[in-house]
Amino acid sequence: MSGFNRKWAVGTAALLLLSGAGSALAELKYNFPESVSPLTKDIYDIHMMTSRLAVYIMVVIIGIVGYSIFKFRKSTGYKADQAFHETTFGTWSWILVPIIVLGVDLSISGPGLKTLADVEKNIDAELTVKVTGSQWKWTYEYVEDGVKIISNLLPEKEAGDKYLREVDNPLFLPTDKRIRFLHTATDVLHAWWVPAIAIKKDSIPGYINETWTFIEKEGSYYGQCAENCGRGHAYMPIRVDAVSPEKFDTWMAAQKAAKLAAIAEAQSNKEWQLAELMEKGEKVYNSYCAACHQVAGTGIPGVFPALLNSAVAKGPLDAHIDIVMKGKAGTAMSAWAAQLNDLDMAAVITYERNAWGNSTGDVIQPKNIKAAR
Amino acid sequence: MSTSVLHDDHHHGAPTGWQRWVYSTNHKDIGTMYLIFALVMMFLGGAMAMLIRAELFMPGLQLVQPDLYNNLVTNHALIMVFGAVMPAAAGMANWMIPLMIGAPDMALPRMNNLSFWLLPMAAILLVMSMLVPYMGGGAPVTTGWTLYPPLSTQAGMGMDLLIFTIHILGISSIMASINIIVTIVNMRAPGMTWFKMPIFVWSWFFTAILLVLIMPILAGAVTMLLFDRHFGTSFFDAAGGGDPVLFQHLFWFFGHPEVYVLLLPSIGVLGAVIPTFSRKPLFGYKSLVGGMIVLVALGMVVWAHHQYTVGMSLAATQYFMIGTILISVPIGLMLFNFIFTMWRGAMTFETPMLFAVAIIVMFSFAGTTGVMLAVVPADLQYHDTYFVVAHFHYALIPGALFGLYAGVFFWLPKWTGHMYDEKLGKIFFWWTTLSFNLTFFPQHFLGLAGMPRRIVDYNIQFTEFNVVSSVGGILFGLSHLLFLYIIIKTVKGGEPAAAQAWEGAHIGTPGLEWTLSSPPPHHSFSVPPTVK
Repeated sequence: MSGFNRKWAVGTAALLLLSGAGSALAELKYNFPESVSPLTKDIYDIHMMTSRLAVYIMVVIIGIVGYSIFKFRKSTGYKADQAFHETTFGTWSWILVPIIVLGVDLSISGPGLKTLADVEKNIDAELTVKVTGSQWKWTYEYVEDGVKIISNLLPEKEAGDKYLREVDNPLFLPTDKRIRFLHTATDVLHAWWVPAIAIKKDSIPGYINETWTFIEKEGSYYGQCAENCGRGHAYMPIRVDAVSPEKFDTWMAAQKAAKLAAIAEAQSNKEWQLAELMEKGEKVYNSYCAACHQVAGTGIPGVFPALLNSAVAKGPLDAHIDIVMKGKAGTAMSAWAAQLNDLDMAAVITYERNAWGNSTGDVIQPKNIKAAR
Repeated sequence: MSTSVLHDDHHHGAPTGWQRWVYSTNHKDIGTMYLIFALVMMFLGGAMAMLIRAELFMPGLQLVQPDLYNNLVTNHALIMVFGAVMPAAAGMANWMIPLMIGAPDMALPRMNNLSFWLLPMAAILLVMSMLVPYMGGGAPVTTGWTLYPPLSTQAGMGMDLLIFTIHILGISSIMASINIIVTIVNMRAPGMTWFKMPIFVWSWFFTAILLVLIMPILAGAVTMLLFDRHFGTSFFDAAGGGDPVLFQHLFWFFGHPEVYVLLLPSIGVLGAVIPTFSRKPLFGYKSLVGGMIVLVALGMVVWAHHQYTVGMSLAATQYFMIGTILISVPIGLMLFNFIFTMWRGAMTFETPMLFAVAIIVMFSFAGTTGVMLAVVPADLQYHDTYFVVAHFHYALIPGALFGLYAGVFFWLPKWTGHMYDEKLGKIFFWWTTLSFNLTFFPQHFLGLAGMPRRIVDYNIQFTEFNVVSSVGGILFGLSHLLFLYIIIKTVKGGEPAAAQAWEGAHIGTPGLEWTLSSPPPHHSFSVPPTVK
């Protein structure tokens, strides 16, 4: 045990030194990050106001208690005032105290209710993003543009100091536009929380919750899933990149073009080579499958089956295609037929049958998938 | 003892050996068993908390995997709430209420025996629910103590065992509460009118009423969960026309009043401790009772402030916000009364009083962060962060646990007949209070900086405060070994305690507990005493 403790102590000291020596992490963060939208700014003001009030109240209480401890001690010969509770003060304090407390309450609830109305204010948005939480990734859909982004945790090797905060595909948003977020989930509860730009509301299967933002400053804003969603709860970071509307439009045009190209590619009758499919399949696999089956295909024993050397991935092809398309009833394996196009499906199945050492040599073409649909 | 002349008294004598405990219908023995059970469970739940803090000592996964981590978080809370605080408070109620109101025993002694002996059974089920995942029982429970679906429908057999644990705990609590209500209503000695009752008796009267109101709701909610899991219903499954948020409403309809179940008995202890060591009657006895009534009533109707983020209507949210902020009125009144009991008193600072003073300060602080959290827009930022974790540990450790410690030190002389070691008591107080603050104060900052609850691993930006919190947590945990040592030492021997163990114990509104010897005879008040 003491050996363990020493190891931690040394490790922590090293970490403290590293964070002290390096980058932006040097400053100790103890309050909300800088707010960049009108709503989060108002909320920050409320937070500072109530915090200050809390400090004042504590000063008063500690003052009175401290004075009593100092003054009214038996050891200094102080005689207890046995009739104190029967004085006018004692008789009427039960009504005095609630009046004082109510006064404090009212000074808090006034601005609270006003900002709450802003939280729920219904104004037309210029951009709507549907945010879907799944175990354990975020999917963003730009509703007007029909573009979709899947955002996963960036592994520790690539993220470095930003591990557990950094993602592979951040959400792009324009500044100076009113943006509406629609929150929902596919499996369990999640909560999309980026404190600098917006408040959180839960992502609930079967519900659509709404929040909004109006980002006033370009930059990258970080957040995390806030509602416990099981094993991977710590591994669902969020990054939002806010850029100028012009840059955003350029980016969006490129996304749309890429999407059209992908559709065209999937519908072409090209015969795909193993290497091409493996490359595409790895991307699809890491976005959609790795959360459960793991990047190395090992699964999690007793919870999520391994694909490495599995009966499905090395067995008959038809059964493999079937389970990916239709899912498996009574388990966490969902049906992917509606979410993956023929090419992605062919690529990911090819990948699963050849990666990590499965090496079946099978090459699945989009037309095989089309036939199986 | 005129009855002993008429009756042959020997068959009323205590059975010896294991039968004394297993067959016990004696409120003092059952009270002792409750207290020992609570102590054992507190060490179990505390060990889990120390493991949690050890894992969070630095970034990365060192000791436990995510599933086990979440399972520890779940069971730490359930054990501390249902295994430690509630049984400890019930043990004190069993011991003290009959002594205070001059009753020979609880009104329903056999039911008393059953309500205790259900607890170890529930504890066994709870421990089994932690173990079955390692014996092929599927995924462990990873939901936290709130058991929210759909995550709780994903768990394996451990979840079913946990549901049965809650059923049994519920039956036990309801029976114990009925017993306490009946005892207080019917068994008071002649002359012990309602407004002569000690505050501790009042506080348990309200606690018991709350428990009878809320435990059936929790039992119903988890039963619906059980049906969703195994019998094809979809109460909480949106895909089947159900509603995941319904469970949250049912859970917090139980869960919020439950906070006051944990809190009120300790308020009752303070109502005895503070006048005793201030040597001055309680300031505002009736307004304290009135405050408790308002607290109970308000506490029943503000549950949804635990779920501001689920997307309720604006009107509902406004209502819950106002209601929640209003809770500060009765709480403020109670704390005010305690502070002004000390004012112009002649105070001494034995261990129970040290705890009482610390509770006033630290619980006030929890109150102020509570008001911060009540403001909906701000809560939409604070919700599910470490700020909330810090807040409720400040509410529950001083508000419930330290109140019980004050009670233990205050009544140990009465229970054992020996004075505890005052010096060790004071060391324990300072050790546990300082390490508690070291553990939980930095967590406010972690939450504001953006660290969510219930995460097993965190970005290195959160390291510093986590290190401090973990060091505090380990020290806080270890301080309880001293607590255990003090208790054992006091049970084994020590300076004999007088019938009235504390100089000022007769001041204010004590019951009849100090008129009996320390320890009291196995059967007390066989003839009803009369209160002037």
